[in-house]
Amino acid sequence: MNPAGAGAISAGRAGEPLLAVHGLGKRFGERQALRAIDFAVAPGELVAVVGANGAGKTTLLSIVAGVQRASAGQVSFSPVLRGGRAIGWAPQQPALYARLSVQENLRLFARLERLADVERAVDEMLGQIGLRERAGERVERLSGGNRQRVNVALALISRPPLLLLDEPSAGLDPVHRGHLWEMVGALARRSTEGPGASVLFSSHHLGEVERYATRAIVLSDGELLFDGPPAALVAAGGGKGGLDEAFVRFLAERGRR
Amino acid sequence: MSTAGAAVEAIRRLLGKDLVILRRSRLLVGVLVVYPVAIALLIGLALSRSPAKPTVALVDETLPGQTIEVGGQRVPVSAYAGQLLGQVQARNVDTRAEAIAQVQSGRALAAVVIPRDIVARIESGFRQGTLEVLYNGDALEQSLVRSELNSALAQANLGFSEEIQRAASQAIGHLLAGGNLGELGGPANAVGLHEVPGQLRAIIARQPPGADRSSLERIERLASYAAQNLSLARDVLSTVGQPIHAESRLLQGRRTPLSSFAVVVAVSVSLMFVCVLLAAGSLALEREEGVLARLARGLVSREALICEKLALAGGCALVLSLAMLAGIGVFVSLDWGRFGQWLLALVFGALAFASLGVAIGALARDVRAASLLAFLLSLPLAFLALVPSGAVASGLYDVIEAISFVFPFKAALGALDAAVNGAAPSIAASLAHLIALTALFSVLARVGLRRLE
Repeated sequence: MNPAGAGAISAGRAGEPLLAVHGLGKRFGERQALRAIDFAVAPGELVAVVGANGAGKTTLLSIVAGVQRASAGQVSFSPVLRGGRAIGWAPQQPALYARLSVQENLRLFARLERLADVERAVDEMLGQIGLRERAGERVERLSGGNRQRVNVALALISRPPLLLLDEPSAGLDPVHRGHLWEMVGALARRSTEGPGASVLFSSHHLGEVERYATRAIVLSDGELLFDGPPAALVAAGGGKGGLDEAFVRFLAERGRR
Repeated sequence: MSTAGAAVEAIRRLLGKDLVILRRSRLLVGVLVVYPVAIALLIGLALSRSPAKPTVALVDETLPGQTIEVGGQRVPVSAYAGQLLGQVQARNVDTRAEAIAQVQSGRALAAVVIPRDIVARIESGFRQGTLEVLYNGDALEQSLVRSELNSALAQANLGFSEEIQRAASQAIGHLLAGGNLGELGGPANAVGLHEVPGQLRAIIARQPPGADRSSLERIERLASYAAQNLSLARDVLSTVGQPIHAESRLLQGRRTPLSSFAVVVAVSVSLMFVCVLLAAGSLALEREEGVLARLARGLVSREALICEKLALAGGCALVLSLAMLAGIGVFVSLDWGRFGQWLLALVFGALAFASLGVAIGALARDVRAASLLAFLLSLPLAFLALVPSGAVASGLYDVIEAISFVFPFKAALGALDAAVNGAAPSIAASLAHLIALTALFSVLARVGLRRLE
């Protein structure tokens, strides 16, 4: 049972967690951005964090990524993860060197990750994000969607056991959204061959949450209201229609937006 | 790979990345290349060529060919005017009105009128000769003209004084030695005052005691006294022209020519700007592009990132300042035998400035804010460090000293001055100061980098 606060619904999860969040709180001055958040992520899980704008999704992912400090509670990682190197992170705003080319960005981070075969990793990633033809182009000349693809690629290039993706499909067209989730899914599926990757991501596209996530966490005004499979969220929202409608009903029934 | 080895490798990778970004910032590279060349040329030319003389209109109202008697010699008034206006570009005009018109139109900064009665006044011996000076222009131009003319007038007056003193001394010499005193309006074969006491004593010895002998003895005593004191008067006259003579002695270090100090100031200012702006801008860029958080999450330690920025800014500024010194060295004589010390001063100065820049870059949220802050902070600090003691009230100077102490400009200037000119204090003291400041600002930068967003 996940003690996620009033109104929280918790569902069971399998395996030892790679990531565990306990009593996490974050305050920005007078505003409480996160309140007593508890959840865990097991290997191979694709956990979606959903919520309205300002619900606390980015703050939660930033704290887990180590970019922001929590005001209360703690984030603990499995010993399998050693420091930030084993955790891939794609922030909401693309974090790239605008004056370097796509290839140069990938190569630099592959080298900083100390990958054994840098050129192979870069080439594979260029193929997966569909930017091989534009590898030599400077990032500052790419469209927002293409930048986002490079941004996610930097998080994936080292094939980390834990991925933190903050709205990774924002700005991508449906085709490239599909490619992105194929890529992420492939990384998570590797769990059948060995230790698989876990993915914690935020998204406003509830269709892709329903399709790709194994679990969904619903945040509203910094509170965790639901933690379980998307199908359980649909059921909790009245069991009619898709996740979009269920999510809106779920919040409305609890007087949230 | 060891932790230290991994850090060095990460620094190397980031340095390579920053150099690629720098190379692609054409405007910045252009400024970095053109800046030292332009500054070196400007400073070199300024120090190697005498300044342009201000133009002064000259009206000589004295009669053509009129002479003035100085120390028994007659000098043409035009020669005196030439000496008086030697430090300015004199433009002869015929009338006072024409001179005023030239000043009002800006063709001349000032006009000097030599009045018709100047010769009579000087030769009278009890009235001063008076020159009329008319000037226009802004405060700086007025100050320049006044300063040049006052200096020229002081030189000319000194010349007069020395001529008069020389003539007086010559006259006293003739009186003491005797001979032909025709020049002084005396007899052609006069006895010298030095010889008078001896000759009188010989006459007195032949005189019987009595009233005449007593009178002669009194005259002999007066003549002896007069001869002694006239000799003394001649020596005294030589001190009248310049009653006070300054003999300067440097307590520490070597005497630094102003031109060499100007070189040191120019190189220090350039070193400061390049280091502070480049370090602040390059670190702020990491934050602005959102990459700082990505790097600092385990790929690169914050300490390694600071070291990388110090190396980037310090390296670029070192190359630039050495190029400047080499360029200025074409115009101004620099002691290349001290190159090792130059290098030390430049390296430690660059590191201290770069650490200040890194601290600014770590605290600012974006490149614009970092650049503006770096510029606003550096320029006044450099000016403050150049304020000489005695130029402001002592309490204010103490405050300026305290501010200058905690920012690298004064220490870097001191180190470079000691390295290039052998000036005091010793280079070791300045280097120790720079190392301490580098450590202080690096710690501040580390604190600033606690926030990753």
